[in-house]
Amino acid sequence: MTHAEATHHTSTGLDSRKIGMWAFIGSECLLFGSLISTYLVYQGKSVAGPTTHEILNIPLTSVSTFVLLMSSLAMVLALAAVTRGDTLWTRVWLATTALLGLIFLGFQAYEFTTFVHEGLTLQTNLFGSTFFVLTGTHGAHVAVGVLWLLSLLVRSFQGKLGAEKALNVELAGLYWHFVDVVWIVIFTVVYLLQ
Amino acid sequence: MASSAPADAMTLRSRIWSWVTTTDHKRIGILYGVSAFAFFMLGGFEALIMRLQLSGPDAGIVSADTYNQLFTMHGTTMVFLAVMPLSAAFFNFVVPLQIGARDVAFPRLNAFSYWVFLLGGLFMNVSFLVGAAPNAGWFGYANLTSAQFSPGVNVDFWAIGLQILGIASIAAGINFIVTIVNLRAPGMRLMRMPVFTWMTLVTQFIVVTAFPVITVALVFLMFDRTFGTNFYSVAAGGEVLLWQHLFWLFGHPEVYILILPAMGIVSEVIPTFSRKPLFGYAVVVYSGLLIAILGWGVWAHHMFQVGLGPIADSVFAATTMLIAIPTGVKIFNWIATMWGGKLNFTTAMLFSVGFIAMFIIGGLSGVMHSSPPADLQQTDTYFVVAHFHYVLVGGAVLGLFSGIYYWWPKVFGRMLSESIGKWHFWLTVIGANLTFFPMHFIGLLGMPRRIYTYDAALGLDTMNLVATIGAFAMALGSLVFVGNVLWTWRKGEAADANPWDGAMLEWAMPSPPPVYNFSVIPTVKSRLPLWSEDGYEPKPLPEDPPGPIHLPGGSYWPFVTAVGIIVAAAGLLTGSLWVALAGIGVLVVGIYAWALEPFEV
Repeated sequence: MTHAEATHHTSTGLDSRKIGMWAFIGSECLLFGSLISTYLVYQGKSVAGPTTHEILNIPLTSVSTFVLLMSSLAMVLALAAVTRGDTLWTRVWLATTALLGLIFLGFQAYEFTTFVHEGLTLQTNLFGSTFFVLTGTHGAHVAVGVLWLLSLLVRSFQGKLGAEKALNVELAGLYWHFVDVVWIVIFTVVYLLQ
Repeated sequence: MASSAPADAMTLRSRIWSWVTTTDHKRIGILYGVSAFAFFMLGGFEALIMRLQLSGPDAGIVSADTYNQLFTMHGTTMVFLAVMPLSAAFFNFVVPLQIGARDVAFPRLNAFSYWVFLLGGLFMNVSFLVGAAPNAGWFGYANLTSAQFSPGVNVDFWAIGLQILGIASIAAGINFIVTIVNLRAPGMRLMRMPVFTWMTLVTQFIVVTAFPVITVALVFLMFDRTFGTNFYSVAAGGEVLLWQHLFWLFGHPEVYILILPAMGIVSEVIPTFSRKPLFGYAVVVYSGLLIAILGWGVWAHHMFQVGLGPIADSVFAATTMLIAIPTGVKIFNWIATMWGGKLNFTTAMLFSVGFIAMFIIGGLSGVMHSSPPADLQQTDTYFVVAHFHYVLVGGAVLGLFSGIYYWWPKVFGRMLSESIGKWHFWLTVIGANLTFFPMHFIGLLGMPRRIYTYDAALGLDTMNLVATIGAFAMALGSLVFVGNVLWTWRKGEAADANPWDGAMLEWAMPSPPPVYNFSVIPTVKSRLPLWSEDGYEPKPLPEDPPGPIHLPGGSYWPFVTAVGIIVAAAGLLTGSLWVALAGIGVLVVGIYAWALEPFEV
């Protein structure tokens, strides 16, 4: 907690920013819920072009899913490190989390380009439209998360991320875990339950 | 203060700057109120042109295309730029005072919400200046909005503009949820909160859950138009109904976003002027919660005409009828509050009583729509227009005016004129009934909505003329209100701390409140702090704070960030990558500067 919060009384005893982040995550649930529902409604309705089983590469995406899951583990370790005031391991685990996020984005960029070469674009069919917008929105969330983690890393190198700022890491962590959980749902719905 | 001309210019500039950078919830509330009222007058002006066009058959005031733009922008403006932000004005000014807080949880986010709303509203209305205002209705049904059938930028203005306004609403929603959950004064338990604060909380939960749904629908629309995706493309196997489901999944909860704040206001005004505590406080609160929850399960009653099948129709008919129960409960509670009370019919009270009467009429015609066979006859006719204007003008707008008369003394320290106010009230109520009551008959006799003219052979001339006369009476009422404000500005009687003898905490401090609100944060001991012997401590609040109070300073980064969003949107609209990138650049700089500037709440 920051000094300001430490002296502030709140009704729940929780920091306002934490409740705000939970409210934001609640809002995001409806965003992804609408995207996933649309994907499900349009599943199997494409009239042309390649769809799910013809094009999705499950082994490859399983690897990137594993990478993203591991990034959540690194995130937990980063928060633990910053809470106990361990600067070195804070940096290591923040960097690891961001790196794993970047690797996930690399997989996604590879997947998208492969699909385009195989003839699946936004315009090809309903599968293309719903798949790219759903996974692209998720990818954009990962990208924002990576920027956030890298910003925290910079703050750490500036000496501005001590144990008293652990909440800043915790907030990024809440967001990161949420984006991770959303991916598990997407992976299950899009890739596994074709 | 300053006598020389340059110094005056300096103070003017610094005064404007202080409004741009303010993070004070009270000033942001005033900004919301002034902007929303300006949009309200604009939306009303659009309605007057439409009513002139419909005052007689085959009138040639505007073309069919202009008429399409007018009804689209009238609906969009009134919903998103007038009623919602007018409610936001009250959330901002009143809620922190009612819960005993010094500000909202995130003062800069609050300023950001306001600036995004204002710039987003201006963005949408700029479309008039380039002659391409949105013209596909406020509901924007696919595939009317597709690139094929709406090739101009009209729909782009609408789709992008609404996404911008969604950002403002969600940010404000999160802010007020956290404020009410976390910043209550000691002793202000949930079931001691004033009903207006409760309804604000419920409304914000609807906002943060409903707006993402329309955002997704609008993103699909934008992608369809810009990148050629197939979301609403029938040729590719898509369904235009997807839009209707997503839109009304948002759209019906939106109805409660519009009405619940007004219900909260009425629940404050009626007890004050009946000299009685609100009858059945807990039931009123739970009814509001129930309305919000049920509001998520009724969306397809907007879609009976598409033929969802008997089972879906029956389910949605039943849920729609169910929602009348908590609504009816609230009405009986307000009436029971007045029953046996010492009634004082001030202008604020008149507007609240007008709300009840008009809302009952709108509610009754609403229950008529819940029956699919009846709805099939009424849908897309003026009957529906009559219904939702009784709810939105008779309900939301009368409720908001009631709040304006009630809290004006607190906000500005002066009493609005009661005698002018009564002219305002009667002109508005008589005008509204003249306008909207005949529309029930016009609709049942077969006149469709959204059509720019009608045939003399329909025999609807007289009723349409009456409706037009009523619309002008309402407009006159609003001008009388403007006159009241101007009169009050110059000659209004000064208000003391609690001119109406209200029961809630906002009346415990001077009018207008000092910048820090409470000299000492009170400890609340009652649901009616100012009406009970030991309702709150210390009593009275000391005139000056005993020690220094930390207040957050101003910040211009919320404004800069909002500008970044609008510039990016302009780039998207014009298809200019460089403008979009410049906007995103400003946005990123704004966010980082915001996060890093020293600012303690």
